[in-house]
Amino acid sequence: MKRHLLSTADLSADDATLILDTAAELARIADRPIKKLPTLRGRTVVNLFYEDSTRTRISFETAAKRLSADVINFSAKGSSVSKGESLKDTALTLEAMGADAVVVRHWASGGAYRLAHAGWIRSAVVNAGDGTHEHPTQALLDAYTLRSRLGSLEGRRIGIVGDVLHSRVARSNVRLLSTLGAEVTLVAPPTLMPFAVEGWPCSSSYDLDPVLPKLDAVMMLRVQRERMDQAFFPTEREYSRRYGLHAQRMAALPEHAVVMHPGPMNRGLEISAEVADSTRSTITEQVANGVSVRMAVLYLLLGGSEPAIGTENEGGAK
Amino acid sequence: MTDGTETTVSPAAPASAAQAAMRAVLDASAVSRALTRIAHEILERTQGADDAVLLGIPTRGAHLATRLGAQIAAVEGLELPIGTLDVTMYRDDLRLRPARAIKRTEIPSGGIDGKLVVLVDDVLFSGRTIRAALDALGDIGRPRAVQLAVLVDRGHRELPIRADYVGKNLPTAQRETVQVRLAETDGQDAVLLGVKGAGAR
Repeated sequence: MKRHLLSTADLSADDATLILDTAAELARIADRPIKKLPTLRGRTVVNLFYEDSTRTRISFETAAKRLSADVINFSAKGSSVSKGESLKDTALTLEAMGADAVVVRHWASGGAYRLAHAGWIRSAVVNAGDGTHEHPTQALLDAYTLRSRLGSLEGRRIGIVGDVLHSRVARSNVRLLSTLGAEVTLVAPPTLMPFAVEGWPCSSSYDLDPVLPKLDAVMMLRVQRERMDQAFFPTEREYSRRYGLHAQRMAALPEHAVVMHPGPMNRGLEISAEVADSTRSTITEQVANGVSVRMAVLYLLLGGSEPAIGTENEGGAK
Repeated sequence: MTDGTETTVSPAAPASAAQAAMRAVLDASAVSRALTRIAHEILERTQGADDAVLLGIPTRGAHLATRLGAQIAAVEGLELPIGTLDVTMYRDDLRLRPARAIKRTEIPSGGIDGKLVVLVDDVLFSGRTIRAALDALGDIGRPRAVQLAVLVDRGHRELPIRADYVGKNLPTAQRETVQVRLAETDGQDAVLLGVKGAGAR
């Protein structure tokens, strides 16, 4: 039985569909005058952030509050972490305070796994991004957005373009989208294509232009300068010319295809301002969907006597 | 419908074995007559049901609300607003069972403020589902009044809640289970009475 959401590789197609369906129902309360459900009243959710974040942290905080949980925000800056406190000691402190769920973002790949399995805490752990490994709730909200725009993911062609090497969003999306039946193509310069990508459930290409006309959606990845300790491409202009999405390139996409970006964007580098602000872009929609998806994850992990995702019982008994 | 552990025969379970142990207390025509009577009672008690809104509690209560709406339309030519109200997130026994899938809440476009809301459910048992429904209504609006229509009242209330319209009062023992079957979900209309443990979880 799983009590955590650490990787999209842990989610079966049924689990993922349950999360997306639950999110779709929860999205409807955003239109109500009282945007709150009493479901997690008295539960405590800790947002433990070792890396900077706007979207993800606010999104998790909103999600937890809409379910009436108490939220404690903890960021490494301005806490004892800057005095050198270890993850273990921070975790033991959270355990002593009685957190029911810890939403963790850590700069180390596997940080969330360590927190979940080291025996330091009993609470559910939700991975909100660990190093260059995984960011499952981002992939879930991308899948949710794609499903609401394209109807279904079965047989859809999704391109993931850019800095795949450093992207936890790309890793989570490749696993989740292929679980849900989509065909994923990774596009990156050879220097930014991960090692052994042949073993992933997707295809890959070094050229963007031949791929575009076949896609139902293209997901542009942020060039993660903060993780680059060497030159992966000669100049930004060259990168932008070969792998950036601008208006002419967007015209090569099929009529129905959508443009996605997990944010934050480098406007003018991987995506032009014109494309980012166009009607085909789902970027702000993705942010709104993030709240519903995270509510669904928190509800399914904390709402019952045991988590509903990853267990035998489908939780739909009446 | 979903009070505690009754009516829990999973759809995939060996239905024949479960059914063998269950006895029909209402057949299709009896269900139909009960609904017709409830529709007339609603019209009578609300003097024409001008401002009534029917809200069914998924899954079977929602189908019953649709049927009641059709009956009222047939009798009076009045198309009442019909919606559904899922109460899962408001239940008090969430932590006793694994988190369950939530169902659709569909409030008619006119809203419920100042309206007479008639909640519709299949089985009234402990009353906890209705308690949850009242809490859910409070987050959506402020109805003029709330009434309750159920197909079967099986007794054993745990809260001070009663139904305004009852299809059939069915005295039961705690260890018995009541299962409502409707054509929309189960292929045929019937109310079955069985003993807990015989086929049920």
